[in-house]
Amino acid sequence: MNTQHAFAFPRPGLRWLPVWRRNFLVWRKLAIPSVLGNLADPLIYMLGLGYGLGGLLPQVGGVSYVSFLAAGTVVSSTMNAATFEALYSAFSRMHVQKTWDAILNTPLSIDHVLTAELVWGASKSLLSGLAILIVITGLGLTTSPLALWVIPVIFLTGLAFAALGLIVCALAPSYDFFMYYFTLFITPMMLVSGVFFPADQLPPIVNSVAAWLPLSHAVLLARPLLLGEVPANAIGHVAALLGIALAAFYIATVLTRRRLLK
Amino acid sequence: MESLKSSSALCVTRLRKSYDANEVVAGINFSVPPGTCFGLLGPNGAGKTTTLRCCLGLTQPDSGEITLCGEPIPAQANKARNRVGVVPQFDNIDPDFTVAENLLVYGRYFGIKDSLIRSRIPDLLDFAGLGGKDGARIQTLSGGMKRRLTLARALVNDPDVIFLDEPTTGLDPQARHLIWDRLKQLTARGKTLILTTHFMDEAERLCDRLAVLDHGHMVTEGAPRELIAAQIEPHVVEVFGDDVASWARARNTLGERLEVAGDTAFFYCRDTAPLLAALADEPALRYLHRAASLEDVFIKLTGRELRD
Repeated sequence: MNTQHAFAFPRPGLRWLPVWRRNFLVWRKLAIPSVLGNLADPLIYMLGLGYGLGGLLPQVGGVSYVSFLAAGTVVSSTMNAATFEALYSAFSRMHVQKTWDAILNTPLSIDHVLTAELVWGASKSLLSGLAILIVITGLGLTTSPLALWVIPVIFLTGLAFAALGLIVCALAPSYDFFMYYFTLFITPMMLVSGVFFPADQLPPIVNSVAAWLPLSHAVLLARPLLLGEVPANAIGHVAALLGIALAAFYIATVLTRRRLLK
Repeated sequence: MESLKSSSALCVTRLRKSYDANEVVAGINFSVPPGTCFGLLGPNGAGKTTTLRCCLGLTQPDSGEITLCGEPIPAQANKARNRVGVVPQFDNIDPDFTVAENLLVYGRYFGIKDSLIRSRIPDLLDFAGLGGKDGARIQTLSGGMKRRLTLARALVNDPDVIFLDEPTTGLDPQARHLIWDRLKQLTARGKTLILTTHFMDEAERLCDRLAVLDHGHMVTEGAPRELIAAQIEPHVVEVFGDDVASWARARNTLGERLEVAGDTAFFYCRDTAPLLAALADEPALRYLHRAASLEDVFIKLTGRELRD
């Protein structure tokens, strides 16, 4: 790669669609266990903590604890689905199965492959988030039509975390590397971004750092929408998630070019 | 030069590529006329795979010019790859798909319509000796079948040029012969093949011309028969047995050249009669009298030392 191309902004057009369809076709063969796996775990936590722990609590953030927890569950399971896809699954395709190598021998380039992986990670997380949204609606935890706006929020959250995950994928020597990302980034973020409890319970210094994290923006969009309110500073949060997605995707593209086009 | 570029399926001039201080490809030139098979031979680490990656636009050369299917590489590599098929060194077919799905999904990467790909699948599978295996899962295929599926996949876009990186490594003799037969059919249909291999018999059978690479340099280039005739005496007698080395060294005038490796002495001769007469008196020694082959050329040019 000459330096000019190594840092060029990706302009994939629509030729990445066949790669997205490849991943979709694989997923379709394993769809039922995949959706159940993405649905069961967060729902058990939401219902167990929401009704079990929630029974001991007065209202949290002005609503019952399980209603409070619903939004956190939607966005955190979206985050997890996109992250797992961009780390473990994309890494398998890149490094273990060499699926990307096979694709790079066709007229498609790394930009096409990564765009497909980005959109695919977000698509898969959309399915996860949507499944939980449907259960939440069925349980009567949300009743407002504004809750439909959570769907694009899920997709946007998925794009941001898929893009961040692709950076880690580009840097990973092996699967073990992903543990650092979970331990140092994903897990602490779950605890400071207002998923389980209002973020303002934390010391102000933690709170002010947490406000920059992508999961915080997603929570601050999804929670009011599920409770039937228009989010404060919605444009700011959307712009932040979009900005993170684009910047992270650009970095992931440059790093992957450097890794594969030696 | 310009006419060579436009008339060749692949034209490589003054290609160089270094990794850190290590020059892997050190200024090589070759061109491949359409409808012929060109072989890139060389020990491990000679620069074969790097050369192929440069030709496909997957590795940026430090300098030099490459024209593939009339397109400059790497500038127009995506466009050139529309007309190219690749059989990589290691199979990377999709383990989650059936045989037919692998071809369908791969054809889509070229932007080919599903209906057209589906119409090609039966012929591709027949060609690869996989007729009726459309719905087979990849896990049920043998190593040879996977290799043939990889070949079928490389043909899904009906390419003009096909790159094959060690296409028969790890296959049993039956599977190798089938692949050779199919590759000959492809050149007969006017396809251009660019092949790397470690098997000299394979190169001798398939290649119209070949180049031997070593340490990034092109050591020789030509038609296999010409190279053998130019480099090696017509007859080779390999003599084996205990203490063959001292026996042979005492009789090194019986051949034009003598090489001893382990417990084998290689006599390269124009006239074998005196040597064979001497061997008749040595019942303890066994020998093999054969025609000179490409392997002799390869060993002469690249030496007998192991490469890692």
